[in-house]
Amino acid sequence: MISKNESFPDALSAEKKVVFVARKDLPALFDSLWTNGFRILGPTLGEGAIVYDELNGIGDLPIGWTDEQEGATYRLKKRDDEALFGYNVGPHAWKKFLFPPKHRLWSAEASNGLKITEEKQATQKYALFGVKACELKAILIQDKVFLGGEHVDPVYQARREDALLIAVNCTQAGKTCFCVSMDAGPRAESGFDLCLTEILKEGEHYFIVEIGSAQGAEIMANVPHSYETGEAEKTIQTITAKTAKQMGRVMDTENIQSLLQDNFDHPRWDDVASRCLTCANCTMACPTCFCSTVEDVTDITGNHAERWRQWDSCFTMDFTYMNHGHARASAKSRYRQWMTHKLSAWFDQFGTSGCVGCGRCITWCPVAIDITEEVSAIRESQTAAKPTSS
Amino acid sequence: MSESLANPLLPAPYRVLRNKRNTHDVFTLDVEPVKRGNSTLFSPGQFNMLYIFGKGDAAISISGDPTKEQPLRHTIRRAGVVTQALEQVKPGGVLGIRGPFGVPWPVKEAEGQDVLLVAGGIGLAPLRPAMYTLLANRDKYGRIALFYGARTPEDLLYLSDLEQWRGRFDLQVCVSVDTAKRNWMGDVGVVTKLISKASFDPLNTVALVCGPEIMMRFSVQELKKNEIKSGNIFLSMERNMKCAVGFCGHCQYGPHFICKDGPVFRYDQVQSLLGKREV
Amino acid sequence: MESLEKILVQHPFLKNLEQKYVQLIVGCASNVRFDSGTFIYREGEDANYFYILRTGKVALEIHDSGRETITIETLGEGDVLGWAWLVPPYRRHADAHALELTRAIALDGKCLRDKCRDDHNLGYELMMRIVPLITHQLQATQLQLMDVYGVKK
Repeated sequence: MISKNESFPDALSAEKKVVFVARKDLPALFDSLWTNGFRILGPTLGEGAIVYDELNGIGDLPIGWTDEQEGATYRLKKRDDEALFGYNVGPHAWKKFLFPPKHRLWSAEASNGLKITEEKQATQKYALFGVKACELKAILIQDKVFLGGEHVDPVYQARREDALLIAVNCTQAGKTCFCVSMDAGPRAESGFDLCLTEILKEGEHYFIVEIGSAQGAEIMANVPHSYETGEAEKTIQTITAKTAKQMGRVMDTENIQSLLQDNFDHPRWDDVASRCLTCANCTMACPTCFCSTVEDVTDITGNHAERWRQWDSCFTMDFTYMNHGHARASAKSRYRQWMTHKLSAWFDQFGTSGCVGCGRCITWCPVAIDITEEVSAIRESQTAAKPTSS
Repeated sequence: MSESLANPLLPAPYRVLRNKRNTHDVFTLDVEPVKRGNSTLFSPGQFNMLYIFGKGDAAISISGDPTKEQPLRHTIRRAGVVTQALEQVKPGGVLGIRGPFGVPWPVKEAEGQDVLLVAGGIGLAPLRPAMYTLLANRDKYGRIALFYGARTPEDLLYLSDLEQWRGRFDLQVCVSVDTAKRNWMGDVGVVTKLISKASFDPLNTVALVCGPEIMMRFSVQELKKNEIKSGNIFLSMERNMKCAVGFCGHCQYGPHFICKDGPVFRYDQVQSLLGKREV
Repeated sequence: MESLEKILVQHPFLKNLEQKYVQLIVGCASNVRFDSGTFIYREGEDANYFYILRTGKVALEIHDSGRETITIETLGEGDVLGWAWLVPPYRRHADAHALELTRAIALDGKCLRDKCRDDHNLGYELMMRIVPLITHQLQATQLQLMDVYGVKK
């Protein structure tokens, strides 16, 4: 795990780790990031959605845009204000930067035996700008997957180590949001370098900036700011409490680990399988899904080979292929694997849920399968209803 | 620890010393590291990822003798693209190897007890290092028995080992095939049938089982019938593997990653999953 | 030489059988030996006896013209050979071929059937010992049929 809990520079002491930044001064934050060697990745309009890409200025942010979401539905919509962060979450997750969808692991030359050359890890530092609370939690979960065990994933590690996380507290929630149920938002509690809360009222437009690390403080040193006078915490609480009330979905997570374990043969799995297209959209959009596969390629000379790693999904038939067949051949078993892993087995493996309640799997499912609905269907009609202690 | 473990996704080059045919579809590759410093150390039951140039990886158990200085030995059944290519490798050829990976057989924990090894088909390969270890420390164990089932007499592996083990007075070796022509003078029938004929102290016996999943399920039934405790039965599980270190997600089996939480599991760890369809 | 009764009660098949029943069975029993290579019975023959094996090895074989004879199972010490004596029309369904010098106690099937008819308690005792053998054999056959070690197509 990456911790940046060193003491703050004098200018921004630990006691003064909340400051105000006026909207007009926000470009200075970008300048400060660039000066410190970061490239900035963040939300921008693209592909008819709010996606994550490199930002070349504040103007690249989806200013005045929001998104409307429902099961299998996503629409961009103009807001009646100039909010920078007035949207929910889009189809992209930050994992695309920390764990690239397709990347080369190594190259090999066949001439003179076998020479395998490790791919050089990227050294460019990135600031992830506009990380929502649920997404921050998702990053901390992927940290456990790739950095928390006996082995460390070098690709993820190189990108994650240098990444600066600039969170944004949600000032609204979408119809597929349920981070409150998953204890993952709407307020970013920890793990960020900086956390912004956008305030837009009565002609005022400014940001409350919480400083979460020494590096965050360093960045803020170059940004015009004023010290808060005691009301900031209450303001953040009020705003995020209002957001919490807007959650479009709810998931009852009580005993969820055993609920799914105990209902392996529940008829609901057949029901969901009759709707599921096994398209893998949910796994691609999910900010915690981490499965991958590798492809070995050779060039035309036959002397040069490469191994590429790319995102994979437990919804594909080949995912469990062994020489004597597929361990999970039916759609039913694959949906069950995905959901049971996410909400149950994840606890065994990483001590946490694999779901952060971002709602992407609901929004981006072409047939609007809703993980919260599937859980309650199983909960309400479970045949194996027995008391559990976990 | 081998150099490649620094980046667990990066294979190290190993030179093939010998490619020996065992049966019509099984062969054994002996390899040694090209670079000094890359180790051949492993624990019984662990596996390596074998890369053949341009084709890909295959997870192969290590089947040599861990108590001796010797090349890394892998007994492989021809099944897919990678193993077909491995079968063609000639001495002098170079493979990429990552590993060793995985949880080994509890041979140390079994000291002071009777030990049963139940192998089916190619499942004898990952058990052979356990047998070597038991025999190298023979006085530390009670009775030792090997039950080995194969498809036909022509499919039997390690005949010279079997012959040598059979000649020992401190080791019971039972071999059975599923079907045989009349010239076969050995046993015919499922391997599980042999278990109840062996003598061991059920309350003080550790069983190590490796073979096709269904054969392991039936073996467990038979072991349980003979009153061996669930916590003393160990199985080596198999699933599709890509990374071997818990990153790629392919080998998940309920809450377990076969690659890093296994391949060897205590029976009660997987009891609730065994026999369930499409876990 | 050990008495038939003593040999019978030591065999796993009759373990814990009440003394009175053992005595009933002894009346139908005789000591037999088969030299290596001899056939104990052949497919289609009347199943007059079944055998409680003491030593040796017996192969159950099935032959089919134009194919090599296949051994479907081997039996040895502690096993029981042949249960066709219990099921009409009391005919053998395979060849039993002694692979080694084999010693056994032969039990006269007709004699036993008569005693079981007269004493259903004896019949029950025997049934509870024979049904598990049949079930066990059925499960083993299922596994063999699955060809679990073969490469699946």
